[in-house]
Amino acid sequence: MSNEILQLASVSRTYGEGAMSVAALRNVNLTISAGEFVAVMGPSGSGKSSLLTLAGGLDKATSGEVFVEGTPLGGLSINELARLRRRAVGYVFQDFNLVPTLTASENVALPRELDGTPARKAKRQAKDALRLVGIEDLADRFMDQMSGGQQQRVAIARAIVGQRRLILADEPTGALDSATGDGILEVLRNRAEAGAAVVMVTHEARHAGWADRVVFLKDGRIVDEAASQHDPAVLLAGMGH
Amino acid sequence: MSIKHSLLALLQESPRYGYQLRGEFEERTGSTWPLNIGQVYTTLDRLERDSLVEKDGDDGEGHLIYSITDAGRAEVMSWFAQPVAATNPPRNELAIKLALALTLADVDVSAVVQAQRSASMKLLQDYTRQRRAAATNAGTQLNGDPGAGDANDAAWLLVLDSLIFTTEAELRWLDHCEGWMAKRAATAAKSMTTAPVAAPSQKFAPADQAVSK
Ligand SMILES: Nc1ncnc2c1ncn2[C@@H]1O[C@H](COP(=O)(O)OP(=O)(O)OP(=O)(O)O)[C@@H](O)[C@H]1O
Ligand SMILES: [Mg+2]
Repeated sequence: MSNEILQLASVSRTYGEGAMSVAALRNVNLTISAGEFVAVMGPSGSGKSSLLTLAGGLDKATSGEVFVEGTPLGGLSINELARLRRRAVGYVFQDFNLVPTLTASENVALPRELDGTPARKAKRQAKDALRLVGIEDLADRFMDQMSGGQQQRVAIARAIVGQRRLILADEPTGALDSATGDGILEVLRNRAEAGAAVVMVTHEARHAGWADRVVFLKDGRIVDEAASQHDPAVLLAGMGH
Repeated sequence: MSIKHSLLALLQESPRYGYQLRGEFEERTGSTWPLNIGQVYTTLDRLERDSLVEKDGDDGEGHLIYSITDAGRAEVMSWFAQPVAATNPPRNELAIKLALALTLADVDVSAVVQAQRSASMKLLQDYTRQRRAAATNAGTQLNGDPGAGDANDAAWLLVLDSLIFTTEAELRWLDHCEGWMAKRAATAAKSMTTAPVAAPSQKFAPADQAVSK
Protein backbone atom coordinates (compact mmCIF):
# COMPACT_ATOMS: atom_id res chain seq x y z
CA MET A 1 0.00 0.00 0.00
CA SER A 2 1.19 3.50 -0.73
CA ASN A 3 1.64 6.05 2.01
CA GLU A 4 -1.47 7.96 0.99
CA ILE A 5 -3.53 8.22 4.14
CA LEU A 6 -6.38 10.36 2.90
CA GLN A 7 -7.71 10.86 -0.56
CA LEU A 8 -10.72 12.83 -1.73
CA ALA A 9 -11.55 12.03 -5.35
CA SER A 10 -13.97 14.43 -7.06
CA VAL A 11 -15.88 14.86 -3.82
CA SER A 12 -18.99 17.00 -3.75
CA ARG A 13 -21.42 17.54 -0.91
CA THR A 14 -24.74 19.26 -1.39
CA TYR A 15 -27.00 19.91 1.57
CA GLY A 16 -30.74 20.05 0.97
CA GLU A 17 -32.55 19.84 -2.33
CA GLY A 18 -33.96 22.00 -5.07
CA ALA A 19 -33.91 25.75 -4.78
CA MET A 20 -32.81 25.60 -1.14
CA SER A 21 -29.80 23.37 -1.74
CA VAL A 22 -26.31 24.48 -0.71
CA ALA A 23 -23.25 23.16 -2.51
CA ALA A 24 -20.82 22.99 0.42
CA LEU A 25 -18.09 21.17 -1.56
CA ARG A 26 -17.71 21.05 -5.31
CA ASN A 27 -15.53 18.47 -6.98
CA VAL A 28 -12.73 18.51 -4.43
CA ASN A 29 -9.56 16.51 -5.12
CA LEU A 30 -7.05 16.21 -2.34
CA THR A 31 -4.43 13.63 -1.42
CA ILE A 32 -2.58 13.65 1.87
CA SER A 33 0.31 11.33 2.64
CA ALA A 34 1.75 9.94 5.83
CA GLY A 35 3.93 12.52 7.54
CA GLU A 36 2.19 15.51 6.01
CA PHE A 37 0.74 18.38 7.99
CA VAL A 38 -1.87 20.21 5.92
CA ALA A 39 -3.80 23.33 6.89
CA VAL A 40 -7.16 24.22 5.37
CA MET A 41 -8.10 27.90 5.20
CA GLY A 42 -10.95 29.84 3.71
CA PRO A 43 -13.74 32.25 4.58
CA SER A 44 -16.57 31.23 6.86
CA GLY A 45 -18.95 28.96 4.99
CA SER A 46 -16.37 27.96 2.37
CA GLY A 47 -16.72 24.26 3.24
CA LYS A 48 -13.81 23.61 5.63
CA SER A 49 -15.80 21.70 8.26
CA SER A 50 -17.70 19.86 5.52
CA LEU A 51 -14.41 18.68 4.05
CA LEU A 52 -13.23 17.48 7.43
CA THR A 53 -16.44 15.62 8.35
CA LEU A 54 -16.33 13.80 5.00
CA ALA A 55 -12.66 12.94 5.49
CA GLY A 56 -13.47 11.56 8.92
CA GLY A 57 -16.37 9.44 7.69
CA LEU A 58 -18.88 11.43 9.75
CA ASP A 59 -20.87 12.35 6.66
CA LYS A 60 -21.30 10.91 3.20
CA ALA A 61 -20.32 12.56 -0.07
CA THR A 62 -23.12 13.40 -2.49
CA SER A 63 -20.78 12.26 -5.25
CA GLY A 64 -17.15 11.24 -5.47
CA GLU A 65 -15.29 9.01 -3.05
CA VAL A 66 -13.26 9.40 0.14
CA PHE A 67 -10.45 6.92 0.79
CA VAL A 68 -8.79 6.45 4.17
CA GLU A 69 -5.65 4.34 3.90
CA GLY A 70 -6.91 3.13 0.55
CA THR A 71 -10.31 2.02 1.83
CA PRO A 72 -13.27 3.69 0.10
CA LEU A 73 -15.55 4.88 2.90
CA GLY A 74 -18.64 4.68 0.69
CA GLY A 75 -18.55 0.88 0.75
CA LEU A 76 -18.32 0.45 4.53
CA SER A 77 -21.17 -0.54 6.83
CA ILE A 78 -21.96 1.73 9.75
CA ASN A 79 -20.13 -0.60 12.11
CA GLU A 80 -17.08 -0.88 9.90
CA LEU A 81 -16.99 2.88 9.57
CA ALA A 82 -17.23 3.37 13.33
CA ARG A 83 -14.40 0.91 13.83
CA LEU A 84 -12.18 2.63 11.27
CA ARG A 85 -12.87 5.98 12.91
CA ARG A 86 -11.95 4.76 16.37
CA ARG A 87 -8.78 3.04 15.21
CA ALA A 88 -7.33 5.24 12.53
CA VAL A 89 -8.92 8.66 12.82
CA GLY A 90 -8.53 11.24 15.56
CA TYR A 91 -11.06 14.04 15.23
CA VAL A 92 -11.05 17.39 17.02
CA PHE A 93 -14.50 18.95 16.64
CA GLN A 94 -15.01 22.68 16.23
CA ASP A 95 -17.29 22.50 19.29
CA PHE A 96 -15.17 19.84 21.13
CA ASN A 97 -17.99 17.22 21.41
CA LEU A 98 -16.84 15.88 24.78
CA VAL A 99 -18.93 13.73 27.12
CA PRO A 100 -19.94 15.98 30.05
CA THR A 101 -20.51 13.10 32.51
CA LEU A 102 -16.94 11.82 32.08
CA THR A 103 -13.71 13.22 33.43
CA ALA A 104 -10.96 14.50 31.17
CA SER A 105 -9.01 11.25 31.27
CA GLU A 106 -12.18 9.16 30.78
CA ASN A 107 -13.07 11.22 27.73
CA VAL A 108 -9.64 10.62 26.27
CA ALA A 109 -9.55 6.91 27.18
CA LEU A 110 -13.08 6.16 25.92
CA PRO A 111 -12.32 5.56 22.23
CA ARG A 112 -9.40 3.30 23.16
CA GLU A 113 -11.54 1.23 25.52
CA LEU A 114 -14.36 0.98 22.97
CA ASP A 115 -11.77 -0.40 20.62
CA GLY A 116 -10.73 -3.15 23.01
CA THR A 117 -7.69 -1.64 24.68
CA PRO A 118 -7.54 -2.85 28.31
CA ALA A 119 -8.80 -0.14 30.67
CA ARG A 120 -5.49 0.18 32.47
CA LYS A 121 -3.54 0.71 29.27
CA ALA A 122 -6.15 3.12 27.90
CA LYS A 123 -5.89 5.16 31.12
CA ARG A 124 -2.15 5.31 30.83
CA GLN A 125 -2.33 6.39 27.19
CA ALA A 126 -4.88 9.03 28.18
CA LYS A 127 -2.51 10.37 30.83
CA ASP A 128 0.29 10.59 28.27
CA ALA A 129 -1.90 12.45 25.81
CA LEU A 130 -3.09 14.88 28.50
CA ARG A 131 0.51 15.51 29.46
CA LEU A 132 1.39 16.35 25.85
CA VAL A 133 -1.30 19.03 25.75
CA GLY A 134 -0.21 20.36 29.13
CA ILE A 135 -3.18 19.46 31.39
CA GLU A 136 -2.26 16.17 33.05
CA ASP A 137 -3.02 17.69 36.44
CA LEU A 138 -6.65 18.20 35.36
CA ALA A 139 -7.16 14.53 34.41
CA ASP A 140 -9.90 13.93 36.99
CA ARG A 141 -11.95 17.05 36.33
CA PHE A 142 -15.37 16.95 34.70
CA MET A 143 -16.02 19.09 31.65
CA ASP A 144 -18.08 21.72 33.49
CA GLN A 145 -15.13 22.26 35.81
CA MET A 146 -12.83 23.22 32.97
CA SER A 147 -12.35 26.38 30.94
CA GLY A 148 -13.03 26.45 27.19
CA GLY A 149 -9.34 26.27 26.38
CA GLN A 150 -8.83 23.36 28.77
CA GLN A 151 -11.75 21.47 27.21
CA GLN A 152 -10.28 22.11 23.81
CA ARG A 153 -7.07 20.50 24.94
CA VAL A 154 -9.00 17.46 26.22
CA ALA A 155 -10.53 17.20 22.74
CA ILE A 156 -7.06 17.33 21.19
CA ALA A 157 -5.73 14.72 23.60
CA ARG A 158 -8.63 12.45 22.62
CA ALA A 159 -7.70 12.84 18.96
CA ILE A 160 -4.00 12.07 19.34
CA VAL A 161 -4.26 9.24 21.87
CA GLY A 162 -3.06 5.84 20.63
CA GLN A 163 -1.08 7.01 17.60
CA ARG A 164 -3.89 7.47 15.08
CA ARG A 165 -2.67 7.69 11.52
CA LEU A 166 -5.11 10.39 10.43
CA ILE A 167 -5.72 13.41 12.65
CA LEU A 168 -8.43 15.84 11.62
CA ALA A 169 -8.68 19.01 13.66
CA ASP A 170 -11.33 21.70 13.17
CA GLU A 171 -10.00 25.00 14.58
CA PRO A 172 -8.04 23.21 17.33
CA THR A 173 -6.49 26.42 18.60
CA GLY A 174 -9.61 28.60 18.55
CA ALA A 175 -10.01 28.81 22.33
CA LEU A 176 -6.32 28.99 23.22
CA ASP A 177 -3.97 31.85 24.01
CA SER A 178 -1.05 32.20 21.65
CA ALA A 179 1.60 30.38 23.72
CA THR A 180 -0.73 27.44 24.44
CA GLY A 181 -1.77 27.40 20.79
CA ASP A 182 1.87 27.13 19.75
CA GLY A 183 2.28 24.20 22.13
CA ILE A 184 -0.64 22.41 20.45
CA LEU A 185 0.79 23.08 17.00
CA GLU A 186 4.05 21.58 18.17
CA VAL A 187 2.14 18.48 19.28
CA LEU A 188 0.37 18.18 15.91
CA ARG A 189 3.62 18.80 14.03
CA ASN A 190 5.35 16.07 16.05
CA ARG A 191 2.51 13.70 15.22
CA ALA A 192 3.04 14.38 11.54
CA GLU A 193 6.77 13.88 11.89
CA ALA A 194 6.04 10.56 13.59
CA GLY A 195 4.17 9.49 10.43
CA ALA A 196 0.56 10.61 10.86
CA ALA A 197 -1.32 12.66 8.28
CA VAL A 198 -2.63 15.78 9.98
CA VAL A 199 -5.32 18.06 8.55
CA MET A 200 -6.09 21.22 10.47
CA VAL A 201 -8.76 23.79 9.68
CA THR A 202 -7.77 27.23 10.88
CA HIS A 203 -8.60 30.90 10.42
CA GLU A 204 -5.21 31.92 11.79
CA ALA A 205 -2.51 32.40 9.17
CA ARG A 206 0.14 32.18 11.84
CA HIS A 207 -1.04 28.71 12.76
CA ALA A 208 -1.33 27.60 9.15
CA GLY A 209 2.34 28.59 8.93
CA TRP A 210 3.17 25.40 10.84
CA ALA A 211 1.85 23.22 8.02
CA ASP A 212 3.77 21.76 5.09
CA ARG A 213 0.91 22.64 2.77
CA VAL A 214 -1.91 25.14 3.02
CA VAL A 215 -5.07 24.47 1.00
CA PHE A 216 -7.32 27.45 0.30
CA LEU A 217 -11.05 26.82 -0.04
CA LYS A 218 -13.56 29.23 -1.51
CA ASP A 219 -17.22 28.52 -2.21
CA GLY A 220 -16.62 24.80 -1.78
CA ARG A 221 -13.69 24.60 -4.19
CA ILE A 222 -9.96 24.35 -3.65
CA VAL A 223 -8.72 27.55 -5.28
CA ASP A 224 -5.04 27.42 -4.45
CA GLU A 225 -2.35 25.76 -2.44
CA ALA A 226 0.79 27.01 -0.74
CA ALA A 227 3.57 24.54 -0.14
CA SER A 228 6.76 25.72 1.48
CA GLN A 229 9.92 24.79 -0.35
CA HIS A 230 12.19 24.01 2.60
CA ASP A 231 14.65 26.45 1.08
CA PRO A 232 16.35 28.90 3.45
CA ALA A 233 17.21 31.21 0.56
CA VAL A 234 13.53 32.08 0.43
CA LEU A 235 13.86 33.75 3.78
CA LEU A 236 16.14 36.45 2.48
CA ALA A 237 14.51 36.65 -0.93
CA GLY A 238 11.22 37.42 0.78
CA MET A 239 12.55 40.35 2.77
CA GLY A 240 12.21 42.87 -0.04
CA HIS A 241 8.52 43.52 -0.37
CA MET B 1 16.61 50.50 9.96
CA SER B 2 19.13 52.66 11.73
CA ILE B 3 22.59 51.26 11.05
CA LYS B 4 24.04 54.26 12.79
CA HIS B 5 22.32 53.56 16.08
CA SER B 6 22.83 49.82 15.86
CA LEU B 7 26.59 50.28 15.50
CA LEU B 8 26.67 52.83 18.30
CA ALA B 9 24.80 50.45 20.58
CA LEU B 10 27.34 47.71 19.86
CA LEU B 11 30.23 50.10 20.48
CA GLN B 12 28.73 51.02 23.80
CA GLU B 13 29.27 47.42 24.84
CA SER B 14 32.97 47.50 23.90
CA PRO B 15 35.37 49.06 21.37
CA ARG B 16 35.32 47.09 18.09
CA TYR B 17 36.53 47.16 14.51
CA GLY B 18 34.39 47.12 11.37
CA TYR B 19 34.16 43.39 10.65
CA GLN B 20 33.51 42.70 14.32
CA LEU B 21 30.62 45.16 14.29
CA ARG B 22 29.11 43.56 11.22
CA GLY B 23 29.50 40.07 12.75
CA GLU B 24 27.88 41.10 16.05
CA PHE B 25 25.01 42.85 14.30
CA GLU B 26 24.24 39.85 12.12
CA GLU B 27 24.55 37.35 14.91
CA ARG B 28 22.10 39.23 17.09
CA THR B 29 19.55 39.71 14.32
CA GLY B 30 19.95 36.27 12.77
CA SER B 31 21.47 37.62 9.53
CA THR B 32 18.02 38.85 8.64
CA TRP B 33 19.25 42.20 7.41
CA PRO B 34 22.73 41.58 6.00
CA LEU B 35 25.09 44.57 6.25
CA ASN B 36 27.80 45.10 3.70
CA ILE B 37 31.13 46.10 5.09
CA GLY B 38 31.24 49.26 2.96
CA GLN B 39 28.05 50.45 4.71
CA VAL B 40 29.68 49.81 8.07
CA TYR B 41 32.76 51.88 7.24
CA THR B 42 30.81 54.76 5.69
CA THR B 43 28.65 54.85 8.81
CA LEU B 44 31.69 54.78 11.11
CA ASP B 45 33.19 57.70 9.15
CA ARG B 46 30.03 59.70 9.61
CA LEU B 47 29.83 58.84 13.30
CA GLU B 48 33.42 59.96 13.74
CA ARG B 49 32.75 63.22 11.88
CA ASP B 50 29.86 63.87 14.29
CA SER B 51 32.12 63.06 17.29
CA LEU B 52 29.95 60.13 18.37
CA VAL B 53 32.84 57.66 18.01
CA GLU B 54 36.62 58.00 17.84
CA LYS B 55 39.46 55.92 16.46
CA ASP B 56 41.20 53.99 19.18
CA GLY B 57 44.37 52.63 17.56
CA ASP B 58 44.56 49.15 16.07
CA ASP B 59 44.44 45.67 17.50
CA GLY B 60 47.98 44.79 16.43
CA GLU B 61 46.70 42.95 13.36
CA GLY B 62 45.92 46.04 11.36
CA HIS B 63 42.24 46.35 12.39
CA LEU B 64 41.24 49.90 13.16
CA ILE B 65 39.41 49.96 16.50
CA TYR B 66 36.58 52.41 17.18
CA SER B 67 35.25 53.37 20.60
CA ILE B 68 32.19 55.35 21.61
CA THR B 69 32.36 58.91 22.99
CA ASP B 70 30.20 60.42 25.74
CA ALA B 71 28.13 62.15 23.08
CA GLY B 72 27.74 58.75 21.41
CA ARG B 73 26.50 57.19 24.66
CA ALA B 74 23.94 59.95 25.04
CA GLU B 75 22.79 59.31 21.46
CA VAL B 76 22.29 55.58 22.17
CA MET B 77 20.35 56.36 25.33
CA SER B 78 17.98 58.64 23.50
CA TRP B 79 17.57 56.10 20.64
CA PHE B 80 16.38 53.44 23.07
CA ALA B 81 14.22 55.95 24.90
CA GLN B 82 12.34 57.12 21.79
CA PRO B 83 9.67 55.05 20.07
CA VAL B 84 10.28 54.26 16.42
CA ALA B 85 8.48 56.99 14.49
CA ALA B 86 5.39 55.70 12.71
CA THR B 87 4.11 59.02 11.44
CA ASN B 88 5.04 58.32 7.84
CA PRO B 89 3.86 54.82 6.99
CA PRO B 90 6.53 53.10 4.94
CA ARG B 91 5.53 52.79 1.31
CA ASN B 92 3.54 49.61 1.08
CA GLU B 93 3.77 48.26 -2.44
CA LEU B 94 1.05 45.71 -1.85
CA ALA B 95 -1.46 48.30 -0.62
CA ILE B 96 -0.67 50.49 -3.58
CA LYS B 97 -0.97 47.57 -5.99
CA LEU B 98 -4.35 46.55 -4.61
CA ALA B 99 -5.65 50.10 -4.59
CA LEU B 100 -4.74 50.46 -8.23
CA ALA B 101 -6.08 47.03 -9.11
CA LEU B 102 -9.42 47.96 -7.55
CA THR B 103 -9.73 51.11 -9.60
CA LEU B 104 -8.67 49.65 -12.95
CA ALA B 105 -11.25 47.84 -15.03
CA ASP B 106 -9.12 45.07 -16.51
CA VAL B 107 -7.47 43.70 -13.39
CA ASP B 108 -8.71 40.55 -11.66
CA VAL B 109 -8.42 41.73 -8.09
CA SER B 110 -9.19 38.38 -6.47
CA ALA B 111 -6.40 36.81 -8.49
CA VAL B 112 -4.02 39.49 -7.24
CA VAL B 113 -5.16 38.83 -3.66
CA GLN B 114 -4.83 35.06 -3.99
CA ALA B 115 -1.40 35.18 -5.62
CA GLN B 116 -0.17 37.37 -2.79
CA ARG B 117 -1.84 35.21 -0.17
CA SER B 118 -0.13 32.13 -1.47
CA ALA B 119 3.27 33.82 -1.60
CA SER B 120 2.92 35.32 1.87
CA MET B 121 1.78 31.99 3.25
CA LYS B 122 4.88 30.28 1.86
CA LEU B 123 7.01 32.93 3.49
CA LEU B 124 5.15 32.44 6.77
CA GLN B 125 5.75 28.69 6.56
CA ASP B 126 9.45 29.29 6.06
CA TYR B 127 9.70 31.73 8.95
CA THR B 128 7.78 29.31 11.14
CA ARG B 129 10.12 26.45 10.30
CA GLN B 130 13.13 28.63 11.05
CA ARG B 131 11.56 29.74 14.28
CA ARG B 132 10.95 26.19 15.32
CA ALA B 133 14.59 25.31 14.67
CA ALA B 134 15.77 28.44 16.47
CA ALA B 135 13.55 27.70 19.45
CA THR B 136 15.07 24.25 19.71
CA ASN B 137 18.56 25.79 19.69
CA ALA B 138 17.62 28.39 22.26
CA GLY B 139 16.24 25.65 24.52
CA THR B 140 12.69 27.02 24.51
CA GLN B 141 10.22 24.83 26.37
CA LEU B 142 7.24 23.19 24.68
CA ASN B 143 4.85 25.45 26.55
CA GLY B 144 6.55 28.52 25.09
CA ASP B 145 8.57 29.37 28.18
CA PRO B 146 11.88 30.79 27.05
CA GLY B 147 14.77 28.58 28.05
CA ALA B 148 17.96 29.80 29.61
CA GLY B 149 19.78 29.57 26.27
CA ASP B 150 22.12 32.02 24.62
CA ALA B 151 20.98 35.68 24.49
CA ASN B 152 21.81 35.95 20.79
CA ASP B 153 19.61 32.94 19.97
CA ALA B 154 16.82 34.53 21.97
CA ALA B 155 17.29 37.83 20.11
CA TRP B 156 17.01 36.03 16.81
CA LEU B 157 13.83 34.29 17.97
CA LEU B 158 12.24 37.67 18.62
CA VAL B 159 13.34 38.97 15.23
CA LEU B 160 11.73 35.92 13.60
CA ASP B 161 8.58 36.52 15.64
CA SER B 162 8.47 40.05 14.32
CA LEU B 163 8.66 38.77 10.74
CA ILE B 164 5.99 36.17 11.49
CA PHE B 165 3.59 38.69 12.99
CA THR B 166 4.15 41.15 10.15
CA THR B 167 3.43 38.48 7.55
CA GLU B 168 0.39 37.38 9.52
CA ALA B 169 -0.88 40.96 9.53
CA GLU B 170 -0.47 41.09 5.77
CA LEU B 171 -2.47 37.88 5.35
CA ARG B 172 -5.21 39.16 7.63
CA TRP B 173 -5.37 42.33 5.66
CA LEU B 174 -5.71 40.30 2.44
CA ASP B 175 -8.62 38.36 4.01
CA HIS B 176 -10.12 41.65 5.02
CA CYS B 177 -9.79 43.05 1.48
CA GLU B 178 -11.37 39.95 0.01
CA GLY B 179 -14.26 40.00 2.46
CA TRP B 180 -14.81 43.67 1.76
CA MET B 181 -14.80 43.10 -2.00
CA ALA B 182 -17.28 40.23 -1.69
CA LYS B 183 -19.62 42.42 0.33
CA ARG B 184 -19.27 45.25 -2.11
CA ALA B 185 -20.01 42.94 -5.05
CA ALA B 186 -23.12 41.68 -3.25
CA THR B 187 -24.29 45.23 -2.57
CA ALA B 188 -23.64 46.20 -6.17
CA ALA B 189 -25.63 43.19 -7.40
CA LYS B 190 -28.51 44.19 -5.15
CA SER B 191 -28.51 47.83 -6.18
CA MET B 192 -28.43 46.69 -9.82
CA THR B 193 -31.94 45.35 -9.37
CA THR B 194 -33.24 48.44 -7.57
CA ALA B 195 -31.20 51.32 -9.02
CA PRO B 196 -29.35 50.33 -12.19
CA VAL B 197 -26.99 53.33 -12.16
CA ALA B 198 -24.16 52.92 -9.65
CA ALA B 199 -22.45 56.00 -8.27
CA PRO B 200 -18.93 55.95 -9.74
CA SER B 201 -17.36 58.01 -6.95
CA GLN B 202 -18.11 55.24 -4.45
CA LYS B 203 -15.72 52.99 -6.22
CA PHE B 204 -12.71 55.07 -5.30
CA ALA B 205 -13.26 55.94 -1.69
CA PRO B 206 -12.27 52.62 -0.04
CA ALA B 207 -9.24 52.26 -2.30
CA ASP B 208 -7.98 55.60 -1.05
CA GLN B 209 -8.30 54.34 2.48
CA ALA B 210 -6.18 51.34 1.63
CA VAL B 211 -3.34 53.59 0.47
CA SER B 212 -3.35 55.90 3.44
CA LYS B 213 -3.46 52.96 5.85
N1 LIG C 1 -26.10 20.36 7.87
C1 LIG C 1 -26.16 21.36 7.00
N2 LIG C 1 -27.31 21.66 6.34
C2 LIG C 1 -27.36 22.64 5.42
N3 LIG C 1 -26.33 23.41 5.10
C3 LIG C 1 -25.16 23.19 5.71
C4 LIG C 1 -25.01 22.16 6.70
N4 LIG C 1 -23.74 22.18 7.13
C5 LIG C 1 -23.11 23.16 6.47
N5 LIG C 1 -23.96 23.77 5.61
C6 LIG C 1 -23.63 24.85 4.68
O1 LIG C 1 -22.54 24.46 3.90
C7 LIG C 1 -21.62 25.52 3.70
C8 LIG C 1 -20.24 25.10 4.22
O2 LIG C 1 -20.31 24.95 5.64
P1 LIG C 1 -19.06 24.58 6.52
O3 LIG C 1 -19.54 24.32 7.90
O4 LIG C 1 -18.31 23.49 5.85
O5 LIG C 1 -18.22 25.93 6.45
P2 LIG C 1 -16.83 26.34 7.17
O6 LIG C 1 -15.88 26.68 6.10
O7 LIG C 1 -16.44 25.29 8.15
O8 LIG C 1 -17.24 27.67 7.93
P3 LIG C 1 -16.78 28.24 9.38
O9 LIG C 1 -15.46 28.91 9.15
O10 LIG C 1 -17.81 29.27 9.68
O11 LIG C 1 -16.75 27.12 10.36
C9 LIG C 1 -22.21 26.72 4.42
O12 LIG C 1 -22.88 27.49 3.47
C10 LIG C 1 -23.18 26.11 5.41
O13 LIG C 1 -24.25 26.97 5.65
MG1 LIG D 1 -16.31 25.20 10.26
